[in-house]
Amino acid sequence: MYATTIRGTSYRFPDLKSLMAKATPLRSGDCLAGIAATSAAERVAAQMALADLPLSVFLNEALVPYEEDEVTRLILDGHDRNAFAPIASLTVGEFRDWLLSDGVDEDALAALTFGLTPEMAAAVSKICRNQDLILIAAKRRVVTKFRNTLGLRGRLSSRIQPNHPTDDARGVLASAIDGLLLGNGDAVIGVNPASDSPGQCYELLSLLDELRETLNIPTQSCVLAHVTTTLQLMERRAPVDLVFQSIGGTQAANSSFGIDLALLRESREAALALRRGAIGDNVMYFETGQGSALSANAHWNCDQQTLEARAYGVARMFDPLLINTVVGFIGPEYLFDGKQITRAALEDHFCGKLLGLPMGCDVCYTNHAEADQNDMDDLLTLLAVAGVNYVMGVPGADDVMLNYQSTSYHDVLAVRRMLNLAPAPEFAQWLADVGLTDARGDLQAPALPASFAPLLERA
Amino acid sequence: MADDRPTPLDKMSMLRSATPARIFLPRAGAALTTRATLDFQLAHAEARDAVEERLDADRLFDELTARGLTAVRVKSAARDRRSFLLRPDLGRKLDDDSRQHLKALAGDYDLAFVIAEGLSARAIARHAVPVLEKMLQSLDRAAWKIAPIVLAEQGRVALGDDIGETLGARLVAVFIGERPGLSSPDSMGVYLTFAPRVGRTDAERNCLSNIRPQGLPYADAARKLLYLCNEARRRQLTGVDLKDEADTLPSGEPRAIDAKS
Repeated sequence: MYATTIRGTSYRFPDLKSLMAKATPLRSGDCLAGIAATSAAERVAAQMALADLPLSVFLNEALVPYEEDEVTRLILDGHDRNAFAPIASLTVGEFRDWLLSDGVDEDALAALTFGLTPEMAAAVSKICRNQDLILIAAKRRVVTKFRNTLGLRGRLSSRIQPNHPTDDARGVLASAIDGLLLGNGDAVIGVNPASDSPGQCYELLSLLDELRETLNIPTQSCVLAHVTTTLQLMERRAPVDLVFQSIGGTQAANSSFGIDLALLRESREAALALRRGAIGDNVMYFETGQGSALSANAHWNCDQQTLEARAYGVARMFDPLLINTVVGFIGPEYLFDGKQITRAALEDHFCGKLLGLPMGCDVCYTNHAEADQNDMDDLLTLLAVAGVNYVMGVPGADDVMLNYQSTSYHDVLAVRRMLNLAPAPEFAQWLADVGLTDARGDLQAPALPASFAPLLERA
Repeated sequence: MADDRPTPLDKMSMLRSATPARIFLPRAGAALTTRATLDFQLAHAEARDAVEERLDADRLFDELTARGLTAVRVKSAARDRRSFLLRPDLGRKLDDDSRQHLKALAGDYDLAFVIAEGLSARAIARHAVPVLEKMLQSLDRAAWKIAPIVLAEQGRVALGDDIGETLGARLVAVFIGERPGLSSPDSMGVYLTFAPRVGRTDAERNCLSNIRPQGLPYADAARKLLYLCNEARRRQLTGVDLKDEADTLPSGEPRAIDAKS
């Protein structure tokens, strides 16, 4: 039981779970779940009660039962008491001040990583303003490697997302070439297959691998099929760089995705055994998003932001190369408008970074949400200031397969220019080598590099 | 020397026709040109309008009765567009009056058709009747007892479970407007559920997606639906265990749940 009194009105919160939910900034998904604060004052009361809570409470009170959930077990069994020591005596409110303080720098945050549980990160994010979420996250960099170096300070990477409604090879190729010509694709060239059929995914993998090999691009490719499909493909010797999977923050949510931790372990081992990484062995790619557990009725009456942070608790055990929240994809019943999408994305990036993840974001929305491209412009700029590892590059921001809007190849260029950010170093070098960029790293006038010709001869 | 072979740059423009994606858009510095920006805004405006549009149920009702079909109108428990968007649970449930109304029509039906605007009234206004007509033309009417056609306002896919159960139908086919994309503000989907009852999951349904002349054409959609209805009745099930083997037409099926996997 948690309680607080404000000007004579007392507010009660029966357990930690309800306190966390009531303290969360307003969003439609928590209202849908029936766990949101019933008034603005109650929300602030919950935030005040939460701020006074010792962080150590989160080590003794599990929001999702330890006996019934392997994600809870993973989180609590993996907690590093030594790393936790610097903040062990702090309340959630004091922890926010600690994170903001001048003395806490990148090294301090890196050392803290495994001393922090997802629930602690979620709790402190709930009492942060958007500015705090940006300011704190910007201190932290998480660097990963496969064929290039992602996440360095001063860099912004992008995933080329060349989706096609029927997985047409020439259509995918056209979109991917477009992205490369605009300096995108250093994070990954990653297709969402229209069908999960192994044959079709094999074709796509071969296509992307051939594209990369032909142009000798220091990047990686991925077909975002279900992990079971990718496992089959690895057995068939398909050119799999990265294993992709959507993950959630509870065992039941993962079960609704058709996965568990053992399957993720197995797939990572299989990918490592292929030894395809040139300079590093981060081989996993995860996507997440607030609301996925609720949509699978696997939320245990926890708020969606806390469960999202728990998904990061899963992700970090597998050393991913890439992880991004697909923040506005799920629809207005979970995040209603641009304001809620923006807040959620900043929370996700903040929690991901604190928990030691190479956090990216699909800055996106659907056509039934109260949002538009202006909201995406705002969010993309905020995330770039916060130091997001990568965002999506979709031709003209319009995904013609998944029917939603993300950020365009051009948007990536614009943000790089505004904030003086560069692609991953190896990729930037490649752009210069093939003549796409000049000495300053700026794109040249549109022209087709000679190295692209052989590829088009076959198109 | 004239050379008729396409150059790499010619090849690039040939690739443009390989995808509906907005590729090879020119730059104005580090941004899109005015034309591309406004084209996008127009597409988004059309998609937004498609979401906001309400079904002209009177007109659809008249269209059906003019074709000699019996139709009945119902509403979900979602009162308005906002509550439809924010409360999926209400869009899956009949309102009380509608439930009473349907109870009075309950009977022994092999198949019930439900038409709901979902997220695109435009899709339903354009494609529902043509596909339904083609389907009914090829259905053996002696072998199939068809329930009155239900026009549902503010309905989600699972409203078909409530409707099918209330009517006593063994199979329900829900025609519904899909979430509009920028290049497809009027896609219709059809969801088929065997032994409909409240609480059925998406894994227990079959779905035909992207039905419109530029996507899955009417005749193909009707043929596939007929195949699925026959198979569902023969095998007494729908869902993941019933594969669409009518043929192997590609379909770019948008997924409404979880992330982009």
